[in-house]
Amino acid sequence: MGLLAKAPAARVTALLTEHPAFDWLRPPEVGSTMVRGRAGGTGAPFNLGEITVTRCALRLSCGAVGHAYVQGRDKAHAQAAALVDALMQTEAAPRIRDTVLDPLDREAQAKRRTRAAKAAATKVEFFTMVRGED
Amino acid sequence: MYVAVKGGERAIENAHAWLAEERRGDPSVDALSIEQIREQLSLAVNRVMAEGSLYDADLAALAIKQARGDLIEAIFLIRAYRTTLPRFGGSAPVDTGRMTCARRVSATFKDVPGGQILGPTFDYTHRLLDFKLAADGDVPDADTRSAEPTHVPHVTAFLNREGLIEDAPADDTPPPDLTREPLELPASRALRLQALARADEGFTLGMAYSTQRGYARNHAFVGELRIGSVPVEMDIPELGFAVEIGEIEVTECETVNQFKGSKTEPPQFTRGYGLVFGQTERKAISMALVDRALRWEELGEDNQGAPAQDAEFVLYHGDNIQATGFLEHIKLPHYVDFQSELELVRKLRREAGAPPVQEAAE
Repeated sequence: MGLLAKAPAARVTALLTEHPAFDWLRPPEVGSTMVRGRAGGTGAPFNLGEITVTRCALRLSCGAVGHAYVQGRDKAHAQAAALVDALMQTEAAPRIRDTVLDPLDREAQAKRRTRAAKAAATKVEFFTMVRGED
Repeated sequence: MYVAVKGGERAIENAHAWLAEERRGDPSVDALSIEQIREQLSLAVNRVMAEGSLYDADLAALAIKQARGDLIEAIFLIRAYRTTLPRFGGSAPVDTGRMTCARRVSATFKDVPGGQILGPTFDYTHRLLDFKLAADGDVPDADTRSAEPTHVPHVTAFLNREGLIEDAPADDTPPPDLTREPLELPASRALRLQALARADEGFTLGMAYSTQRGYARNHAFVGELRIGSVPVEMDIPELGFAVEIGEIEVTECETVNQFKGSKTEPPQFTRGYGLVFGQTERKAISMALVDRALRWEELGEDNQGAPAQDAEFVLYHGDNIQATGFLEHIKLPHYVDFQSELELVRKLRREAGAPPVQEAAE
């Protein structure tokens, strides 16, 4: 679910090509979550600010229930994420993993690696100047 | 005398139509897209998200466009939109130790484990206008060096090992929320941090600068400044467990400050903390300095009467939407109020200037 929530909406909706019939348990709804931090990084929590979140819940005709809480305001993203969540509880799971979750995971990792590689290139290598007192 | 007046509808409508036209500017110039603002004015977007207290880059970009680039007006739009959203819950506190850092520098330790990572910074640029940007938008790819994404430990953790710096032990007191309860004093540190995280950057910077110039001097070093992404995790009641619902970029600043010690505490370094949405390091450093200055009481320091030590002064004047709301309302019609003032001044003048005879009699 975390992978689906963090992926770009357009990728999730593009990768999910199966659209089984379903009933809404909760149609997509846009709201917010208060994000918290900790004083000093490790201490008492405080409210940092909110993020937009879209949530929904649905039931496939086979009975599997899917939930989604995804960052942003894209209802199609939430619907696709909930469908994946539901399909992962059916016999379609291995196929969905191959065609949706694994590609999203690879893309997220590639993005993280690119950022890490750019950051690493800006790492400072200090060299000590010869001191004057010798 | 109170006189109800109506009117001005047509003038207002026409003013708004003209505003829309001015916002668009010269129609022979391409219109800005939300994507262009989001991608190319990202630090403005970050500021609007931080002070609007709502992390949503597309909304912030739209607000900037609608506000014609007036960031406080854009923050106002975001704050207003925010109030229309149902709140699904609160996240688990983000773990900045798990941040994938794009930038991470320490001004206190040269050889900090994990290294000094400059990231996409303005530091060390020459601040000369780059006319190439006026000509075209092409840029070469940034260099890379093979590296696996890892987490780097907090710098303060190293000082903690020697007991040289005050600890920030984990605690799970539910934090007060100034978007739900009015801000009241005395404000806990959690409430102060929330107010500072969304406070005006300019105000916070000015307050922080005043502490450096000697008003509540507490001599801050930037122990660590890091920018990067952290996952946001929330308990989902339907599932009964927590899942990651998104990822945000934040800037975190930890200052290390001198502290002589007190009756109960041995001499050690103390800490100030800043955490802000987006890549917003000027604000995060300012927040950490002001946070530290406001902690004078709990650390047993003297009240020097400095503005940055005065929680009421800082917290009640740092919010640019409250400030601009009150400030700008005075330009709206106050005809009746003014009429009564006018009457009063006329009366006083009549009384003061009236009988010169009286003066002679005294």
